[in-house]
Amino acid sequence: MPLVHSLDELVHLQKKILEDRRADISAHSIEGLGREKFAAPALRADQELDAPRGKEIRVVLRNCNLIDPESLDDYIGEEGYQALATVLSSMSPEEVIEIISKSGLRGRGGACFPTGRKWQLTRNSAGSPKYIICNADEGDPGAFMNRRVLEGDPHSVLEGMAIGAYAIGASRGFVYCRAEYPIAVRTLNLAIQQARAYGLLGENVLNSGFAFDVEVRMGAGAFVCGEETALIASIEGRRGEPRPRPPFPAVTGLWGKPTCINNVETFANVPQIIMTGADWFAGMGTEKSKGTKTFALAGDVNHTGLIEVPLGITLREIVYDVGEGIKKKKELKAIQTGGPMGGCLPASMVDLPVDYESLMAAGSIMGSGGMIVMDEDTCMVDIARFFMEFIQEESCGKCTPCRVGTHSMLEILTRICRGEGVDGDIAKLERLSKLTRTHSLCGLGQGAPNPVDSTLKHFREEYEAHIYRKECPAKVCRELIRYEIIAETCNGCTVCAKNCPIGAIAGERRKLHVIDQETCVRCGICIQTCNFGAILALTGDQTAPVMAQSQDPI
Amino acid sequence: MTIPAQPYPLTGRSFKSLEKEYPLNDPLQKAIIDQILQSHCDTPGGLMVILNEIQSRIGFVSQPIQEYVARVLNTPVSAIHGVITFYSFFTTEPRGERILKFCMGTACYVGGTPQLVDKATQLLGVSPGQTTPDGKITVEVCRCVGACSQAPVVVVDEQMYGRIRPSKMPALIRDVLKSCEDASGG
Ligand SMILES: Cc1cc2nc3c(=O)[nH]c(=O)nc-3n(C[C@H](O)[C@H](O)[C@H](O)COP(=O)(O)O)c2cc1C
Ligand code: FES
Repeated sequence: MPLVHSLDELVHLQKKILEDRRADISAHSIEGLGREKFAAPALRADQELDAPRGKEIRVVLRNCNLIDPESLDDYIGEEGYQALATVLSSMSPEEVIEIISKSGLRGRGGACFPTGRKWQLTRNSAGSPKYIICNADEGDPGAFMNRRVLEGDPHSVLEGMAIGAYAIGASRGFVYCRAEYPIAVRTLNLAIQQARAYGLLGENVLNSGFAFDVEVRMGAGAFVCGEETALIASIEGRRGEPRPRPPFPAVTGLWGKPTCINNVETFANVPQIIMTGADWFAGMGTEKSKGTKTFALAGDVNHTGLIEVPLGITLREIVYDVGEGIKKKKELKAIQTGGPMGGCLPASMVDLPVDYESLMAAGSIMGSGGMIVMDEDTCMVDIARFFMEFIQEESCGKCTPCRVGTHSMLEILTRICRGEGVDGDIAKLERLSKLTRTHSLCGLGQGAPNPVDSTLKHFREEYEAHIYRKECPAKVCRELIRYEIIAETCNGCTVCAKNCPIGAIAGERRKLHVIDQETCVRCGICIQTCNFGAILALTGDQTAPVMAQSQDPI
Repeated sequence: MTIPAQPYPLTGRSFKSLEKEYPLNDPLQKAIIDQILQSHCDTPGGLMVILNEIQSRIGFVSQPIQEYVARVLNTPVSAIHGVITFYSFFTTEPRGERILKFCMGTACYVGGTPQLVDKATQLLGVSPGQTTPDGKITVEVCRCVGACSQAPVVVVDEQMYGRIRPSKMPALIRDVLKSCEDASGG
């Protein structure tokens, strides 16, 4: 027998849970800390998600770390499923769509399409059954917001999906989760079971006659499966190759039926918009970008981890207030947003407001929310090469512009990083990037040139240094640098020699150590391990005499 | 549309000859595969589910397994092979007892994974993608595992280790080898 049959019963249950909890707290006399005893199951919970700093507001993450993700009672105690119950008992699907449209919620998965409009389109499409899919294939390297929500507050996503399903007229939903997130899959499956047992999912949700059930499907390590048509192909059990749109999934989606695909975070916003109202949500953010956005702040800031900030906040506020500045008091060089299809913004644009339009205008994108802060020791050409390598590997190969374009760009970038760049490479890159952008089939190829374009725009002189002077200003590109031990500073502690993976450092205890430039592969371990700052990286002219005699082994 | 009993000419091998090959010649393994096939063969789009389960429970999806699945599902082997080769999670060969994955996501790459890989290569004598000759450890590089704030990250099976420095590698590898022995001993 399901446990809950109506909104009243749900509210009643919530009261009871809260009372029990209060009784529990006073019984153990844990002063007001009752909620904090629940740590999320992920081992890195506390380091990933701290108390809010700076301008942070917790909407999507409000329950993470506070409730036990494996307990439905905990979620119900936080008004959980009341939005669904309210919707089912007193709203028509049109009214739901109206509220979501009015709130200004836009997709958090990257394409930033207005969610209300997407739901309306799917609702209006002829054909049944309809499906609703939650895109949890968070493939962007450097992003883990969706994982944290799924692991920390899975019911909010399920509730959002159920509301969406009601609005568009679907009765089955899928969560497509990437295989790299086994804990998220486990948590979700458990949450689904619990929700079924309580009558919050199933044939007759909350005794309202509305039927909805969810199934988790796992990906298998293909980035392009985050693209909606590829994702659908993957759920259908095929190779995850995208197909041209239109027809959009809202018209022809899973098994040819109208399908609505939204991101984890988009769904997690929905219950609270219903509960608190569209105006509250629209009150946060800017003119066109409403609400909050979670970011995975990573890289060279003092405080990395998950953050949630109102849209419209400036990058400066994120880096210096929320992130508490750059590590080791170094200089900020660039901020990368939007994952591999995003762009690098230079330190000079640090006052840019973070919203969909501003980022787009600056040559980057919001993406699903990766944000990597880079300090002065980062080589922008190397970063562009890194992202291009990622995209080239993940390109599914279906369309030629993306398959060949990314490969050619990668070839040029690799050459430049090796110090084999020639005059004209930059022009070639620009041409290729334009061709790939305009001719590719899906968002992967269309966005692939972004890292190259944005670094070319803002850090052109670094490309030129690599090509014309064979020098890597950030001293990263292995073929263009050389390590040297400073005789005056080295005290012969032998740490570098012990740590060198190829034994290229010679020297006795308390005597000056020397790096054999012939064998050295410039991995940089020595410079990291030296406690006395006695190792120096040299580039360009400084290395010239040595470069000549040591043709690099790699 | 009705599906004919034999939609494609199947020139593949018969059940009988497939059952002679590893791992299908092992009754235990075959029972697992059969069970997986049984519970998902009617699921729409079940192929991905089936392959995912085989990969996680058997550890690989080799050619004989692919042919076997194709036979049971009555689809061409090429369709299955196509799926296997598309997704990086599927492997066609058995891997080591422990899998040592180095995250090559952006944060970790910037955080120094390349140096860690160098160090591990030096210690184990195998480069990424290879398994040590004793079948104990497979070294792999992988995409962002979603723990970037801990960069650089090394994943041993499902356990994550963050902020690993090259100097910590020997101890980590020793631990992994020891856990292999513990597992086989106990
Ligand atoms: C190559 C590629 C990768 C994508 N990866 C993701 C992803 O990891 N997560 C996601 O939610 N959307 C991803 N998307 C966007 C989806 O195609 C789709 O726009 C999104 O899921 C729609 O949900 P939303 O309206 O809630 O944003 C990706 C798109 C492309 C082209
Ligand atoms: S980049 Fe390594 S965990 Fe994200």
